[in-house]
Amino acid sequence: MSDHSHATATGVDDNAVAHAASIKSIYVYEAPVRIWHWVNALAITVLSVTGYFIGSPLPSVPGEASANFLMGYIRFVHFAAGYVLAIGLLGRMYWAIVGNHHSRELFSVPIFTGAYWRELFSMLRWYTFTRPYPNRYVGHNPLARFAMVFGFLFMALFMIATGFALYGEGAQAGHWSHTLFTTWVIPLFGQSQDVHTWHHLGMWAIVCFVILHVYAAIREDIMGRQSIISTMISGYRMFKN
Amino acid sequence: MTETFYDVLRRQGITRRSFLKFCSLTATSLGLGSAAAPKIAHALENKPRTPVIWLHGLECTCCSESFIRSAHPLTKDVVLSMLSLDYDDTLMAAAGHQAEAIIEEVKHKYKGNYILAVEGNPPLNEDGMYCIHGGRPFVEILKETAADAKAIISWGSCASWGCVQAAKPNPTQATPVHKVIHDKPIIKVPGCPPIAEVMTGVVTYMLTFDKIPELDRQGRPKMFYGQRIHDKCYRRPHFDAGQFVEEWDDENARRGYCLYKVGCKGPTTYNACSTVRWNEGVSFPIQSGHGCIGCSEDGFWDKGGFYDRLTDIKQFGVEKNADEVGMAVAGTVGAVVAAHAAVSALTRVRHKPGSDMPKGDK
Repeated sequence: MSDHSHATATGVDDNAVAHAASIKSIYVYEAPVRIWHWVNALAITVLSVTGYFIGSPLPSVPGEASANFLMGYIRFVHFAAGYVLAIGLLGRMYWAIVGNHHSRELFSVPIFTGAYWRELFSMLRWYTFTRPYPNRYVGHNPLARFAMVFGFLFMALFMIATGFALYGEGAQAGHWSHTLFTTWVIPLFGQSQDVHTWHHLGMWAIVCFVILHVYAAIREDIMGRQSIISTMISGYRMFKN
Repeated sequence: MTETFYDVLRRQGITRRSFLKFCSLTATSLGLGSAAAPKIAHALENKPRTPVIWLHGLECTCCSESFIRSAHPLTKDVVLSMLSLDYDDTLMAAAGHQAEAIIEEVKHKYKGNYILAVEGNPPLNEDGMYCIHGGRPFVEILKETAADAKAIISWGSCASWGCVQAAKPNPTQATPVHKVIHDKPIIKVPGCPPIAEVMTGVVTYMLTFDKIPELDRQGRPKMFYGQRIHDKCYRRPHFDAGQFVEEWDDENARRGYCLYKVGCKGPTTYNACSTVRWNEGVSFPIQSGHGCIGCSEDGFWDKGGFYDRLTDIKQFGVEKNADEVGMAVAGTVGAVVAAHAAVSALTRVRHKPGSDMPKGDK
């Protein structure tokens, strides 16, 4: 049996590996960052779907009221996922303190550094097809970093503040969410109905972020010069050339 | 010696039995328990009556209409006497200069010791000419009378938030009391109108304990505005079950299901309607089959339809609800992404992948 047919049958082909181009990789995202990313993604998905159905409930269920708890369960799942999002973000903040320097990219944008803006502009040219290839970025590229802070972090904080303010209305005075959020968020917006409206708009802003985030990640993985999606699974950033 | 409340009551032929009944009912309605009834009686028997000046600005008098229907026994007589309502141009017998002289008299005699109750609000446009009181702009009377008051009660949504006359575009620039008077404690009792028992309850509390009730951040008494209609709604089980009135004439409406989908504002409205109810506790809007319109909330006229769950956004010059706006924006972003992806794919087909990228460590 020749080596070639052996490799075809088993997939073991040491010869091909020996002659392949070597790819460099850097460990970028530590395990807590990766776990947080996927838990957070799941929480956002659950929050968006349940949140939509709280605002626009499903068709009425038949039977006795005591035999059903559909709206109750939808709201419970929404609140539980809200806690996961909020506690997850707190944990992520802790990791930004103790983790590697890439773990801090989510929480700051070096807007006072000229080089940052030059790189951001270079990324914009890459996305407007006026540049044939992008630069290589070990952590977030400058455009991604901007989107992470203003599209995700600020929006997440906004949703946590308005979300727990609305949660505190039901939990009522004395509950920590009422003391910490409801007491100042509701008067700030005028009244509860306004907070609901802004909470909905915040959800759609995050949906827009997710569309752009997923698209950019897939596109960079295919057309850019470093791995993106697998990096958030294995932690290693691989450079194709 | 100044007359006490009890003196006034006895003079009007109210028996001691009726008086004590009122005290215990008031204690109950305030949620104070049976031990408070003798305290209320003691206060009413010994304290001199606190005079109240009740001014009417830009309003519809629904607060007064509600107030005089307070459901306690002998309410009209008891409450009107209890208040020592020295001036109220709608209810008082005096008129003209005689009536206006009472305001001056109270201001001097009880300087810093009277309560100013304001029904309605002052319009500020055209130097306040849209509301004239005794030949002068109401805003001037309000400022003068407030200067020597102990505290101010803002009756109803007009005085508390602005209500319908302050709804967009607010041609008269109707302005709630707390935006005109800044140096006095203001108790907001919103509602269009407020519940009668809430009104008498707030006044009784202030006279009995000689202090203003505990207020929330927005200046409303916590004891009546601490919970939403939704929190104590008797249709809440249908909400949790997911059973809603889908249309006004459907079977679910006849079964008394939750009115959430047809725009009930109970989940966003702080008031006591679902506990105290109206007209001697007979009913309240939701019990009568109509959703809450949120009349005790700030700017409820400008929050879109009373029958929409998600209310319209007007800030961006569109009249769509948050989900319609969001879906349009997300759809646009999705379309842009799809177009960008198509152009990216075409570029990639024309140029061999990576052919023009620098090699090595650049």
